[in-house]
Amino acid sequence: MANFENNANGSQVQIQSAADYQDEASGNVNWGVGTMNIIKTIYRNIPGPLIGLTLVTLVFSYLSPYFFTTRNLFNIFSQMSEIGIMAAGAALVIIIGGIDLSVGAVLAVTLMFNAWLYRDLGVPFVFSCLAGIGLGAFVGWVNGILSTYGRIQPFVATLATMSACSGIALYITNGSPVTGFPTPFGLITTMRILGIPLELIILVSVYLIVAYWLNFRPSGRALYAIGGNEEVARLSGINVMRSKVMVYVTAGVLAAIAGLIVGSRLDAAHPTAGISDLLSVIAVVVIGGASLAGGSGGMTGTFIGLLIIGVLRNGMALLNVSPNLQPVVIGIAIIVAVMLDRRSAQR
Amino acid sequence: MFDTAPNASGLHCQGLVKSYGPIEVLKSVDFSVMPGQVVALIGENGAGKSTFNSIVAGVVRATSGQMWLDGEPYAPHSPSEAMQHGVALIHQEIRLLPELSVAENIFMGRLPLKRGRIDRARMEKESREILTSLGVKVDPRRPVGGLSMAVQQGIEIAKAILRKPRYVIFDEPTASLGESDAELIFEQVRILKENGTAIIYVSHRLDEIKELADHVICFRDGHRVADWDGPSVTKEQMINAMVGREFTFEHRAPEPSKKNVVLKVEAAGRHGVFSNVSFELREGEILGFAGLVGSGRTEIVRALSGADRLETGRIELDGKSVHFRSPADAIKAGVVMVSEDRKGLGLNLDQSASKNIALPWEKKLAKAGMVFGSTVETLGASQKDRFDIRGQMNSPVSSMSGGNQQKVLLAKWLVEYPRVFIVDEPTRGVDVGAKMAIYEIIRELALSGISVIVVSSELEEVLGLCHRVLVICEGRQSGLLERHEATPEKVMSLAVRG
Repeated sequence: MANFENNANGSQVQIQSAADYQDEASGNVNWGVGTMNIIKTIYRNIPGPLIGLTLVTLVFSYLSPYFFTTRNLFNIFSQMSEIGIMAAGAALVIIIGGIDLSVGAVLAVTLMFNAWLYRDLGVPFVFSCLAGIGLGAFVGWVNGILSTYGRIQPFVATLATMSACSGIALYITNGSPVTGFPTPFGLITTMRILGIPLELIILVSVYLIVAYWLNFRPSGRALYAIGGNEEVARLSGINVMRSKVMVYVTAGVLAAIAGLIVGSRLDAAHPTAGISDLLSVIAVVVIGGASLAGGSGGMTGTFIGLLIIGVLRNGMALLNVSPNLQPVVIGIAIIVAVMLDRRSAQR
Repeated sequence: MFDTAPNASGLHCQGLVKSYGPIEVLKSVDFSVMPGQVVALIGENGAGKSTFNSIVAGVVRATSGQMWLDGEPYAPHSPSEAMQHGVALIHQEIRLLPELSVAENIFMGRLPLKRGRIDRARMEKESREILTSLGVKVDPRRPVGGLSMAVQQGIEIAKAILRKPRYVIFDEPTASLGESDAELIFEQVRILKENGTAIIYVSHRLDEIKELADHVICFRDGHRVADWDGPSVTKEQMINAMVGREFTFEHRAPEPSKKNVVLKVEAAGRHGVFSNVSFELREGEILGFAGLVGSGRTEIVRALSGADRLETGRIELDGKSVHFRSPADAIKAGVVMVSEDRKGLGLNLDQSASKNIALPWEKKLAKAGMVFGSTVETLGASQKDRFDIRGQMNSPVSSMSGGNQQKVLLAKWLVEYPRVFIVDEPTRGVDVGAKMAIYEIIRELALSGISVIVVSSELEEVLGLCHRVLVICEGRQSGLLERHEATPEKVMSLAVRG
């Protein structure tokens, strides 16, 4: 729209800018215009998601006195930690221009596998946990192989593994949940280190490690090139297939780690845990400014996206908004976030 | 030129100005073209040719100035309005849908109906007629995908003239075609001209302009700087007007001093694509690959650089047998290829120039396993100076002109000097100034001992730049000529025959 107006009134725009120039030359700097320009520049350089986060935080702080307390802020994180950990992996997949629909189902199947090994086969708990993470890596590897060497679109490949994983999760125990993990396992979600919940430390660590990889390691930085144009990346000497498989494996491992957090919190493994998280995970990444076309996005944005969804959910719960209405608000948030992002993309 | 509406037929423009914000890209241009006349527009990239075309074809609106079409004021708001007035623009880039048939592409948007269903018979018959009239031999029922660029360009023209426009703008129709393919386009332009169509013809190929145009107009920096009658103008005149300075055409490096063979290719082939290609490339030598578009030149260099697999034959690099399974292998061995398709295969357009340049070298840029943004920017800045790239290295490459994008692409592959440097169409779609700069870069590479392969559709480029010329015809090597035997006629005859 702005462009169109510029075209239509091209000559006027030109005259105005010439007039500005004259003002400055004669010493009468037009402060009003100058300040507006500075504000505009700052406004353009702030990522859209951060503006959104600030807005929702201010609104809820105003509406609920309880909202802006340390305890509640930690609550937000603990409510969002498993989605957050999965979203870090999903962001990587989306940066390379793929999609992983299987994350929620991988969470469920790895957690059930872990619980089954521990309870029914008597495997030591540490090993059963590692086996669960290994299964997550394996499903991710299958996703990666199918969508690269198998030439199946990632949407279809991960749809298939999602279906298979959620089936296996139910099959392992014939649909019944497993309870009774060793007591120390619960510490993951209850322990605090220097007053900070361990869960939050894990979440932030995951984001820092992934952000380090994406920003500083050659193999991580290459993901943007792959998402931007796969063939350009290949011809530039990047092993595209291996990078993509690695990304799907990472997403699978992170889903399994998210599963451990869910298991720890509930002290139980439910075969349908995490299945409903899929859309939230993708919403977090998209609100965080990543494009499903690939090549853009990052950990800062994804973390802000996570906070936006977390704040919205928590705030609405505090205000007693009907749980049935909450997804509607999340839906609106997605659209608003993406539209704000378009604005900044237009420079 | 005229203050009131001219009564004459034809398209007349007076004082056309186009500005984007404070930047004027077109500065008070006057222009006329009459029915049955071919007016050629020349000028470096960014001279204002495309803007002018876009205004005439209704893609953008002029900031000020007037146009008359057959005596009536003319100011189209959209391409479809321009089309209704009989003005059609044929884009430089081919925009056909590969899955649909030739006929469907030609009739796209106005498929003929018969009893509520698509009248295929009529569509195919009319397509065949229009294609035959243009001299394009293709079955209108087959899908467009897989057809040669020349035929696809012909289909674009057929699509444009289906509505019988009286004014046709060709925007570099031969940019992606070889010499004999381009001949097909010239024939089509002549046919249109004989039928009384007015033609505005934009091209960087000056030979074809001499051949086709009744009138030649040169733009520079948004101004109309010179015009001539087509047949009388010389190439030197045109070039001097385009660049606004004198320059020479000598860019060949002196004969390499050393005779050692760097790259030896024996009986290389890929099933159904090319076969039996053998040659030796010496240190500091520039070897040209000539041939028509679609002859397999690009496929051969892709296989040499690991982009495609070599199925038969062998490659030796510095006397050792090598086998590249991926571009990464080839790069590691020092064989790099600059792709012909700058936008699709060479650069990530949305990323900054610096990031594009750093992409193949990130592992080497890493300090303690980490690559810093500042390192990438420093690299970008130093390549900017080395290759005289004009533009913001930190903004997306898509914001740069074609010539500068091409320099970024070369800079990307010359961060470290390779052993063998392969460039496919190094100057496609770039202006004359950038062209000369690119020739200079290639020349200096050879002087510093790098072996270079130049693939080009422009004979002049191959002959002017290379020490030896390998001619390819239909996937076969039809000749390997020393510089003194490589005359344009000889190369051309080898390229068209077997």
